[in-house]
Amino acid sequence: MELLGQGLIKAFELVFGFDNEIWAITWLSLKISALATGIALLLGMPVGVMLALTRFTGRSVVVALVNTGMGLPPVVVGLFVSLMLWRSGPLGILEWIYTPIAMVLAQVVIALPIVAGLTLASFQNLNPQLSLQLLGIGASKAQLLWLLCKEARLPLLAGVMAGFGGVISEVGASMMVGGNIRGQTRVLTTATVLETGKGNFDIAIALSVILLLLTFAINFFLTRVQQRDPLRWPRLS
Amino acid sequence: MAETFLSLRDIVVHYGAATALDIPALDVSGGEMLAVVGANGAGKSTLLRVMGLLQVVDRGVIEFPGLAARYRDPLSLRRRIATVFQQPLLVDDSVYGNVALGLRLRAVGKAEVQRRVMPWLERLAIGHLAERPARTLSGGEAQRASLARALVVEPELLLLDEPFAALDPTSREALLRDFHRTVKGTAITVVFVTHDRHEAYALGQRTAVLDRGRLMQLGSREEVFNSPANDLVAAIVGFENRLMGIVEVSDGKSARVMIGALSIPVSGSFPAGSRVNLCIRANAVRVTPAVPGPGSPFRFDGKIREIFSAREHHRMVIDCPGFELVGSLERARGQFCGLSEGKTVTVSLEPSAIHVILADSSL
Amino acid sequence: MKRLTIRLILPAWISLAILWAFSPAYPQSRSIILSTTTSTQDSGLLDVLIPLFEQQSGNSVKTVAVGTGQALTLAGRGDADVVLAHAPSLEKDFVSQGKLLNRRLVMYNDFIIVGPKDDPAKVRAMKSAAAALRAIEQAKAPFVSRGDKSGTHNMELALWKLAGVAPKAPWYIESGQGMGATLGIANERNGYSITDRATYLALSKNLGLPIFVQGDRVLLNIYSVLEVNPANGPRVNVAGGKAFADFMIAPRTQKIIHGFGVDKFGQSLFVPVAGMKEDELGV
Repeated sequence: MELLGQGLIKAFELVFGFDNEIWAITWLSLKISALATGIALLLGMPVGVMLALTRFTGRSVVVALVNTGMGLPPVVVGLFVSLMLWRSGPLGILEWIYTPIAMVLAQVVIALPIVAGLTLASFQNLNPQLSLQLLGIGASKAQLLWLLCKEARLPLLAGVMAGFGGVISEVGASMMVGGNIRGQTRVLTTATVLETGKGNFDIAIALSVILLLLTFAINFFLTRVQQRDPLRWPRLS
Repeated sequence: MAETFLSLRDIVVHYGAATALDIPALDVSGGEMLAVVGANGAGKSTLLRVMGLLQVVDRGVIEFPGLAARYRDPLSLRRRIATVFQQPLLVDDSVYGNVALGLRLRAVGKAEVQRRVMPWLERLAIGHLAERPARTLSGGEAQRASLARALVVEPELLLLDEPFAALDPTSREALLRDFHRTVKGTAITVVFVTHDRHEAYALGQRTAVLDRGRLMQLGSREEVFNSPANDLVAAIVGFENRLMGIVEVSDGKSARVMIGALSIPVSGSFPAGSRVNLCIRANAVRVTPAVPGPGSPFRFDGKIREIFSAREHHRMVIDCPGFELVGSLERARGQFCGLSEGKTVTVSLEPSAIHVILADSSL
Repeated sequence: MKRLTIRLILPAWISLAILWAFSPAYPQSRSIILSTTTSTQDSGLLDVLIPLFEQQSGNSVKTVAVGTGQALTLAGRGDADVVLAHAPSLEKDFVSQGKLLNRRLVMYNDFIIVGPKDDPAKVRAMKSAAAALRAIEQAKAPFVSRGDKSGTHNMELALWKLAGVAPKAPWYIESGQGMGATLGIANERNGYSITDRATYLALSKNLGLPIFVQGDRVLLNIYSVLEVNPANGPRVNVAGGKAFADFMIAPRTQKIIHGFGVDKFGQSLFVPVAGMKEDELGV
């Protein structure tokens, strides 16, 4: 308990004392995970929509892959991305290993199935006749897509939050492909592992607290966008 | 004679191995109200989707002779048509937002949207609900919104797929009347699908009867309802009695048909020996307590086997010589006295109420 | 299907473009990948030396701190340019295979045996590390090992071998973690452990584990810098690796190493030994 208290005090000190390194680490965490989530959205949402609205041979295999992907252990992703990006690997020429780009790449792989899978589920929840009705009132294909996205806004945003939450909090992949290099690829999660390993529990707790606050703040904002006036549920007597 | 607004030729739609629709020809005239009836699974909804350019056909041509010149690309053409389904299918927005949707999709300006939407909301009696979230509406209110949404875009073709089927009887009647009143004066071509023949008769000037994807009959409502082309259509348009008989004698203009123990003269040309169905509506069967008198082909005795009394009429199953008849008497008429199960009665038929169909014409 | 392809390919291109834009401009010289061990990084020495090297040479260094085995293997594959390790026997293997070149001593620190205040195995002030371990085994006193095949772990295993006894559960605990966490466990469980002095000094204020055995020759932890054979893999930064290795043994650097830790702990954490031979080393 005393350790937790020390941690909270340290967190306060670090954040409001404007410790540059902490700010840099926090900002990098945010940049990498936000970018990764954004790319995952760009790629994953169309996949989810396509899986929901079209039928093709092999579709069930793809859906199963997406669902499996949702549970991929980040450290496994990190290992495979490393294998690709190491100098000895096929993409070694890019020299992306131990840079933030590699971390974004790994996080995209982690977040993509989550976003695709939740988009798929949210679209499948829509009334199948709704598409027909919207077309029947004059929507073009693009307008239809937009309207369906608006209708599925609730679960879609949940998917975004799940994707973002999944990557900002992961450490296995970031550690492996980023290398936790000071000033370059050290983020909140990898720094926490480092400090814990060194026995600096107060700093580790402080970093955890900052990570939690950051994630909460972002989710709070997204939740405001997502939620609308709740249906008045009847009071059960 | 109004010109053809929509013409379908050689339409074939397959769902997997099954044929959902097989229609060689169907023309809809501009400004008319066409009712499409049939049992569930007959292909009515598929036909509607084909007409609305929402369904890809495996074969066939859909043409809009009047419109094709003006609207070249498929999207603009499709935007001259509006569809209303059985479920209101409103989006998560206010009633106003929903009704305005069609206009917004067509990039109509805000001011004009306002100018056009409000009157339609009033006409369909939901003006007071404009700002309410759509999901708080009752079934009838929501369907009114769906109708308003379709009508506000001023479509040239309005398609409705059993629009009132999901409503309670009171709402259904009210909405039917309001709808009829609203489109009566306009030049909109309306095609609506229903499994309720009363609705079909009330609204449609022409009726099309579908069965298993095929067009059984297409004609004015009088034609279809009084002279069904085959046994299937007869059943759909409400002939409760369809008696199977054999033509004994025929002279080209009239014939005698053997039904059970009776031999009934009918007019029409039917080859001797052919099987025919005599279609008689239940309310065309007059039933009175047994009255002694001369028997005739159109007057004979029978015994009431079963009576089912509903609120507005009594329905009777009568055992007749060699066959059974279903009769229906309106309560209000007061003709019911003296009739009960087991009673012997005299049945009389009006010759003109008998419609004869060749039995093999049920293809 | 075509629309689908466009919908997937376009975003993919946009993503790659963003990724590319995000990538840092290539520095004048390429980065140097230094593979080293977690305990080396934990000591904090590199946090002083690396920025200095970067400033002096204009190179950028990526320090990858992993387990000793991985550090050497990485280099063996050409995925690092220079290695700073402290596992002489393993290093010599890699040198004999030709994978690592030019092994040069940099510094040493030493290991110490620490334990609970009440010293159940009575090892206080023993001169021989092996004897101390024998005593611990006999007393079946709790002993926390790193158990992670790190340099420290290898040293500890060699000592058990030297002592002629085999440690076993339940009194022998393998944490599988770094030195700091392992000492934390020893603290909680009132157990003994072998640790490098640098980590111990950094953490001692949080621990209640006095030093019992130190100074034994076998407890020396010798650090060497090794260069990577360019034949190991494509794109080995040979010049960069050499520059870093040369830096580590340069007199100026050696002086800094000598002074590291004095202001904080009152004593040097490392003894610089560049240029010396291994058998010359003594305490």
